[in-house]
Amino acid sequence: MSLQDAVARFVRDGDVVVIEGFTHLISFAAGHEIIRQRRRDLTLCRLTPDLIYDQMIAAGCASRLVFSWAGNPGVGSLHAFRRAVEGRALAIEEYSHFGMVARFSAGAARLPFWTLRDYEGTDLPRVNPRIKSVTCPYTGETLATVPALNPDVTIVHAQRADARGNTQIWGLLGVQKEAAFASGRVIVVVEELVDESVIRADPNRTLIPAAIVDAVVLEPWGAHPSYAQGYYDRDNDFYVAWEAISKDPAALTRYLDTFVYGVRDRAEYMGKHAGLAERLKAKDQRCAGVNYGY
Amino acid sequence: MMAVVAARELADGEVVFVGIGLPNLACNLARRTHAPNLVMIYESGAVGATPSRLPVSIGDPALVTGSLMVCGMADVFQLFLQNGRIEVGFLGGAQVDRHGNINTTVIGPYERPKVRLPGSGGAAEIAIHAQRILIVSKLSPRAFPERVDFVTSPGQRVQRVITDKGVLEPDGAGGELVLTGLYPGVAVADVKAGVGWTLRSRPSLARLDPPTRVELQLLREVLDPKRLYLKS
Repeated sequence: MSLQDAVARFVRDGDVVVIEGFTHLISFAAGHEIIRQRRRDLTLCRLTPDLIYDQMIAAGCASRLVFSWAGNPGVGSLHAFRRAVEGRALAIEEYSHFGMVARFSAGAARLPFWTLRDYEGTDLPRVNPRIKSVTCPYTGETLATVPALNPDVTIVHAQRADARGNTQIWGLLGVQKEAAFASGRVIVVVEELVDESVIRADPNRTLIPAAIVDAVVLEPWGAHPSYAQGYYDRDNDFYVAWEAISKDPAALTRYLDTFVYGVRDRAEYMGKHAGLAERLKAKDQRCAGVNYGY
Repeated sequence: MMAVVAARELADGEVVFVGIGLPNLACNLARRTHAPNLVMIYESGAVGATPSRLPVSIGDPALVTGSLMVCGMADVFQLFLQNGRIEVGFLGGAQVDRHGNINTTVIGPYERPKVRLPGSGGAAEIAIHAQRILIVSKLSPRAFPERVDFVTSPGQRVQRVITDKGVLEPDGAGGELVLTGLYPGVAVADVKAGVGWTLRSRPSLARLDPPTRVELQLLREVLDPKRLYLKS
């Protein structure tokens, strides 16, 4: 399926949307397509909103953000996010990383909440009434709780999948498995479509099974400026450049006009980045594999 | 100097939860000097990472290549951190107060923030679960107010605050931070001027040795040649 069709079919106005990936495998291609299709009133959830949600907030897609760390890692701020929050134009619901992970874990297990030892002595429960506590029926201990997060749609970028959606990921795994299992609909965007036999040759590497996948999209370089281990490196230069772009609303608008609204798909996006593929292409460092025989 | 002092705090073989920025540099320096068996765990899921380049972010691909284990973040927080397996946690922050509480959330009231900061990330649970916490932060009255605007990470487990002029440690049962060590050429008054409360100091202050030639060379030529974290 094309990304245009997948977003048109499975992402709706007002949805709770998750594009996960902790630094690694963030589907910028899907975020850009959502911007192009002008989805509105979305509740965007992610541990680290990153540049992609900064762009979606700037483009007017989001009315609410659920998150745990909203910065540009190693660089600075997400300025569209900051302008929206400081100007009170965006509702926020804030946790810590463990809290967000626990929310996805509860959602994936179809439990109403998750318990964790956390938040004692912090001000987070004071500003987020959804962080509560429960008394353990066995020990009497007070434990923090967070509610399950069950998104309408989760989008995961991955190295490879077969046509039915059996999806393999290696490198940093983030919370993609939990987010996908918690979600009502799942779109998988991959660097490579492979035959089912490739998946079957290495089943331990499958993170997301076809049973929970609604759409499989082939979109090479779809994670740029994020990265795909074994395919291409993170574009740290672009992350640094985003500081100045996002600080200036006019520059941000020009960026979206050129690289999001101004292209139809990833192939055209890559066409506007001469030399990028050569600069970021991953070097080979293969593992030997294991013996699955019995 | 901060990176060097922070690195020296780490013992060989310890399990450390590595944060972004200067702590990242300090851990990688320690691993290449006195603590070759330091186990670096990043919240992104890399365990026993040995990055061949200084990671710009804590999710850098170089953390994966050659690491001992890569796990999902649910495992990082439940099986490592909440399980009590992390010995040292490194934190920084926009504000650190008299009791070692850290704010990385907002300056000003939460509902009407003057400055919206990134938020907790893993900092709340690191402060709660790591056996000892080291804070790395530059001194200024704004960065060290008497009370933080928002407690992102509680200060109970803070063992040392490594600043650009000296080291603070919690004193006695109240846990108030006091000056315990000075860098070469720094006067007590210089440190006091950078703190928003009346800072007390221990009667005898440790004199912290300046960086060695080997440490400086590693920092400037090997670990951070592009000066991502080293500003001076």
